[in-house]
Order: sequence, then structure tokens, then C-alpha cells
Amino acid sequence: MHYFLTEEQQMIQDLAAQIAKEKIRPQRAELDATEEFPWDIMKVLAQSDLFGLYIPEAYGGMSGGVFENCLAVEKLAEGCIAIATTFAASGLGAYPILLFGSEEQKQTYLRPIAAGKRLAAFGVTESGAGSDVSGIQTTAVKDGDHYILNGTKQWITSGGEAEIYSVLAITDRSKGPRGASFFIVEKGDPGFTFGKKEKKMGLRASATRELVFQDCRIPKSRLIAREGMGFIIAMKTFDKSRPGIGALGVGLSQGALDIAVEYARKRIQFGKSIINHQAIAHKLANMATKTEAARALVYSVARYMDSDPGDVSKLAAMAKMFPGDVAMEVATEAVQVLGGYGYMQDYPVEKMMRDAKILQIYEGTNEIQRNIIGQELSKEYGRLKETFF
Amino acid sequence: MHIVACIKQVPDAKNVRIDPNTNTLVRQGVESIVNPFDLFAVEAALRIKDETGAKVTVITMGPPQAEQALRETIERGVDESILLSDRAFAGSDTWATSTTLAAAIRKLGDVDLIICGKQAIDGDTAQVGPELATLLDIPYATFVKEIGLMGESHFRVTRQTDEGTEVWKLPMPCLITVLKEVGEPRLPSLRHKMRAKKAEVPVWGIGQLGLDAEKVGLSGSYTQVVRVFSPPRRTDRVLIEGLPEVQAEQLFNYLKEAKVPGL
Repeated sequence: MHYFLTEEQQMIQDLAAQIAKEKIRPQRAELDATEEFPWDIMKVLAQSDLFGLYIPEAYGGMSGGVFENCLAVEKLAEGCIAIATTFAASGLGAYPILLFGSEEQKQTYLRPIAAGKRLAAFGVTESGAGSDVSGIQTTAVKDGDHYILNGTKQWITSGGEAEIYSVLAITDRSKGPRGASFFIVEKGDPGFTFGKKEKKMGLRASATRELVFQDCRIPKSRLIAREGMGFIIAMKTFDKSRPGIGALGVGLSQGALDIAVEYARKRIQFGKSIINHQAIAHKLANMATKTEAARALVYSVARYMDSDPGDVSKLAAMAKMFPGDVAMEVATEAVQVLGGYGYMQDYPVEKMMRDAKILQIYEGTNEIQRNIIGQELSKEYGRLKETFF
Repeated sequence: MHIVACIKQVPDAKNVRIDPNTNTLVRQGVESIVNPFDLFAVEAALRIKDETGAKVTVITMGPPQAEQALRETIERGVDESILLSDRAFAGSDTWATSTTLAAAIRKLGDVDLIICGKQAIDGDTAQVGPELATLLDIPYATFVKEIGLMGESHFRVTRQTDEGTEVWKLPMPCLITVLKEVGEPRLPSLRHKMRAKKAEVPVWGIGQLGLDAEKVGLSGSYTQVVRVFSPPRRTDRVLIEGLPEVQAEQLFNYLKEAKVPGL
């Protein structure tokens, strides 16, 4: 389907698709098995300019927006969402700086991020603070010209591999949600170390580690915006990043659909291709329709977001939740279409099914997304004075 | 420093077939690609550029649509490209091609290094590189797998030969033909893709090159293709199958029956 992309957007798609085809597809099974961090592919992506898509030219980027980034993420995800997640997570780590950082912070950190020379990461989650972010325990205490951080962040994507971390910590517990602040912490800062690499169901080429702060001393210039802005920065970052998670879902769905249709056309049982058996044809029809619906939603929301609208939390949540659910369903059905072959590791859909599950969990579980949508609906309709009966 | 890489647009070998009636290549509907070995030539040039900031120009001789091949190299980071295209160039053999390329390089003037792929996958002659160096009267090395600067005015190149490797010191200007060992061709970047879309690709014909029509194209060619054909399939093949031990025994018996000396 034609989404009326500009020439430049088309180029972004083509380039990301070429990288997925030539570099990601041939390596995804091995990277999944070895759980090795995909540095080779990150270098190719760095050289491709794609890391700077959403970053303004003034900071070394390509001056695109959420939509351009989604186009690249989607195509990379057709190859492997572990690799595409590693790519996208750098953007998640960069957004707090891009949206709220000082000019100096932007010049210092966004340039190497845009060039792909340094990966960024986002550190919010803790063992006791998952869906309920207000439960975070990590503290940052001001000490003259420094802040001293103590605490442990959990399940941080690209932990240990990234060099620039946007970290949420409590600066004033008495203020509740208004007592949290974002800081930039660099790999190598004193008192900043990493915990063990997690073993995961899927997404295995992506590194997931703990960030451990033990009297970690950082200059006060690393505070993003002002003290107390932490939760606002986190929420605004999620608004920008959630369509990207949706794009991962669209890419994974498309990758699984491509394999399922190709297989169903070639596989002969009872004297005909299985795509000519109605049970399979209907599965594929549902998979294709849902994939396209998810894509249309992600594209619309991403484009709308780039027009700088006011409150977009509801749409951001929709664009994250729906494609994630679709990806899980499409990957599961792709395994079913391939039957026994689908269950074997020799074929890529088994990995896609393991990988897809994370899309319903990370960056706010899909249940949390539904909560957000529900709350926003209640607010929206509360403001209306009319009745629809 | 100025490096020129010479490339050729060739039919994608995966899809080429020969018309059994005319014994010629069926080119219709076959996608064209940059000769894979020439992508290594471009990569070798770009790696020297990465190190030294050298300027890289890519040239090709071909029909107007060969411009696409040039743009593909700009997408990967090449600075400039020139298309050598003229009806008079049609039917060129390797000598006439080298004559045309040599005229273009003379016109460019300040060239320190010329890089060609080791051969093209359509003709497979591996002649254009050495012929071009001969016409320009500059030193050359074929089958180069490594290249680096050696002082201000020389290159250090490592050649792969049947016997082993040779390391040569070549003065500038010189020409090399390269193997895939020089490095995997990089993918395009978004900035270069955008630049390639807008880039001007000058077209030079015999007029611009100051060439005599008699010296180029079919009339400037010493060789002519009389016939292209698929070799007949050999039917005397014996396939041996089974476990390695069984295969070895079958092979031994076969050679013994064939009265191979020493068995």
C-alpha cells in the first residue's frame, strides 16, 4: 500500500531494508543463539546516518521526526527485533536530552549519538518499580557541585554496551512524584558499574543488564532540566518512543507474514499448496489485515506526533499496544502455518514468536497502555458537555 | 590525492541465460548491477579516502543507463563520477574500452591511483586494468588484496599469486586491480543517498575526450565476438555416492579400471 512517503522517507525505508536484508537476516539466527551484542551491525547503522534520523541537523542529525525513525525501525525489525531494539533504545536514551537538555548537553551528547559513535540507554525500571514508576528507590543527593547516586536499575536495554545513560532518580522523596529527576550518567563514571547480563526468552541479541550506582559521583551539570522534572520527562519521552515500539511490532509482523505466505505457497499437502486450503488462507488473510492496520495506526500517530500536538498519551499508547498484540498473534500464527517446521530453530518464525512477547511487556505493558487509554477516554469524555444517547 | 575507480555495469549473473537459437546473451528484462569486483575497487578507494581524505572519482563506459551504476557508488561515498557514453563506443573490446578510459583519465589529469576490479563477471577477461596502465604508461599490479600508503609518493601493495603473496612498492601514479580481500563493500548512507539523487553526472563522448572514432568502439577493437554458446553438457559423468569410505572405494575401483598408472 502507498503511504505517500516523500522521496527522502522512501530512501530511509530502502536503506533500512537493505541493511536488514544484507546484514541482519544472514546473522540473526547466530546472534540469537550466541546472545552476542550486534556491534558489527551497529557499526553499519552508524555509518548509514540512521542513528541521527530524529535529531536536528544542529546536533549532527538528519532533522527528521518520530515518523522517519519509525520507518527505519520497522524495516530493521523485519529482520530482527533484538537488533532493531538495540537501535531504537539509543533513541529512547537520547530523547530526555533532546526534549529537555541544555544546549551544552545537546551539543555534547546528541552529536555522538546521532553519529552512532556512542549508544544511549534509558534507565528507569527497578526491581520494585515496573509499571508503577513511582516506586523507584534510586536516589541522587546534591553535594556541592556534584550529585551522588545510589541504587540499582534493572533490565536496562544495552546496559554495559551503551556509553550514555539517562537515569531517573529521587532527589526529594518528600515531594512524591515531583521529587524525581533525570540525570546523564556516562559509562566510566566513578561508582557506576553493571550487573549480570540477563538470560531471556527472546530478544537475545539485545543486552539487558542492571545499572549499579554505589556513591556514583557526577557533576551537577548532568542534571536534565530542573530537579523534580523527572516524571514529566519520562512521560514525554514515552510519548515519543511508543510509536517506535509499534513500528517494531509492524516490522516483526511483516517479517513473519512474508515467511508464512512464501511457505504456504510452496508447501504441498493433499495435492495442493496449503495456501489453497481455506484454513490456512484465512489465517494469512487475518495476519495480513492486522499487520496493515497496525502499520496504518503507527504511521498516522507518528505523523501526527511530528506536528507537535498537545497531549498525545492516548494515541502513543494505542500505537504501542495494538501493533505489539498483532505481532504476538501474527508470529504465533506464522509458527502454526509452518507447522512442525515453524517449531524448529532452523526456521526463523520460532525466534520471532519468542521475540514478539516482549512487545507486549516492555516500555509499559500493554495492560498499562490500556489503562492510559481508558484514563484518557474518561478525561476526554468528561470534558464533553453533550450526550450521545 | 586523487583516486579513480573504474567500474562496469553488468547483467545480474543470477538471471542471465543464453538464447539457444542465436547463442547470444538474453539481456532483455535482466537487471543490471555494478560488477561485484568493481565494488571492491570502489571500497578500496573509499578506505584510502577514509584515511587520507583523498578525492574519489568513479568512471564507467557504457550506455546512458550506466549512469545508475555511477549513482550507486555515490550513495556509498564516492565524490564524483563521469559517464563515458557515445554511440561510437558501442561494440568495444577490452582494448577499445581501455583506450576510451585512458583518454578520460588523461583529461582528468591529476590522478595518483587507478583502481579496477580484478575482472568483470560478464566477459571475465581481466584485461582492461593492465591494458589501461599500459596505455597510460604507468606501473600496475594485478590481484591486489591489500593496499596502503608508503611515504608520500608510493603505495605498498600485496598481490595474491598462485605461488603465494608478493609485496610490491609502486610509485604514484599507478594502477591496481583488486580482489575481494581489500574489504567488504560498505552500504550506502542516507546523506550520500540524498547527494546521489541530486548529483550531476557529466557525460563525455568522443568530442570531449578528443578521440578518433576509428580508435574506439567496434572499429577500434582488435577482437570480435564471433559466437557465444553454452558448452554442450557432458554426459560421461559418473556420480559416486554414499559414505566417504564407500565413495573412496568406488573412486579407487574406477581409477583402477581406467588403468591409471600407479594403481
